[in-house]
Amino acid sequence: MATEAAHDEGSSLVFHPMDQFMVKPLFGDGPVHWYTITNVTFWMAITVLGVLALLVLTTSKRATVPSRGQSMAELSYGFIYKMIEDVTGKDGLKYFPYVMTLFMFIVFSNMLGLLPLSFTTTSHIAVTAVLALLVFGFVTILGFVKHGTHFLGLFWVTAAPLPLRPVLAVIELISYFVRPVSHSIRLAGNMMAGHAVIKVFAGFAAIAAVSPVSVIAITAMYGLEVMVAFIQAYVFTILTCVYLKDALHPAH
Amino acid sequence: MEGDIAELGKYIGVGLTAIGMGGAAMGVGNVAGNYLSGALRNPSAAASQTATLFIGMAFAEALGIFSFLIALLLMFAV
Repeated sequence: MATEAAHDEGSSLVFHPMDQFMVKPLFGDGPVHWYTITNVTFWMAITVLGVLALLVLTTSKRATVPSRGQSMAELSYGFIYKMIEDVTGKDGLKYFPYVMTLFMFIVFSNMLGLLPLSFTTTSHIAVTAVLALLVFGFVTILGFVKHGTHFLGLFWVTAAPLPLRPVLAVIELISYFVRPVSHSIRLAGNMMAGHAVIKVFAGFAAIAAVSPVSVIAITAMYGLEVMVAFIQAYVFTILTCVYLKDALHPAH
Repeated sequence: MEGDIAELGKYIGVGLTAIGMGGAAMGVGNVAGNYLSGALRNPSAAASQTATLFIGMAFAEALGIFSFLIALLLMFAV
């Protein structure tokens, strides 16, 4: 549909840059039901298998001198462990498995999405919104379970002068409920924008006069995207840690 | 005819949300620049503050993302 629109407008692009984000059934051309195997579910399955391969297969031998795979698995474990310890403190380490799962899933799907002809599952707000809402729900429930009504102290800033506190409470409340929105759209938006830019440059590559420039631009953007793929996974994880810290230590 | 004007306003509004990108760029650049100037003054303390750097960048970027959200809402929801 998007391709037709591009052709109707007499655009010089051969394909529409947003075509790559269309959810299609993997086999055949039927309608998409909840049980249909689409390109999204296919690449999500590959992501999970990739994480399993890295974390289970490589560490099953447990050599004293680690292989390349084991070394990578240990490095990623240590990276997340240190991140939680730095941001939330020692008592946040109990929630390490959740944060590690989030990070590995996001970093693998971002990186696999950079392969040519693959599909970036994290470029869909539907996927990242579920991840962000799970974090939001988990953190809110954890805060109330751990501290009861004291968790509401997060919104009542005792450090501020008394007349200012209701105003601050409203602002804090808004910023609290906007968290899952910014958390999910940041990841999806970054992934989507980067891939769309690459496709726009790829569209220009069909014009002979500018094709060398556009190939160089694609190469440069691709390098940037590899960095962005990692940084966005890192940012998503570290914000999860920050929200976790707020739930564990709500006092302002 | 009125419908056309509404359509026109919608697309102009979507284009105007791109200004938000500039604001986010200034914010993220400010965070990174101040981090760098602090890190060059005291390089030994720089490594411990990278997490704060990325959190600050993420919060600055979030407001640029809200302009993207408004663009999406105008395009597909209004």
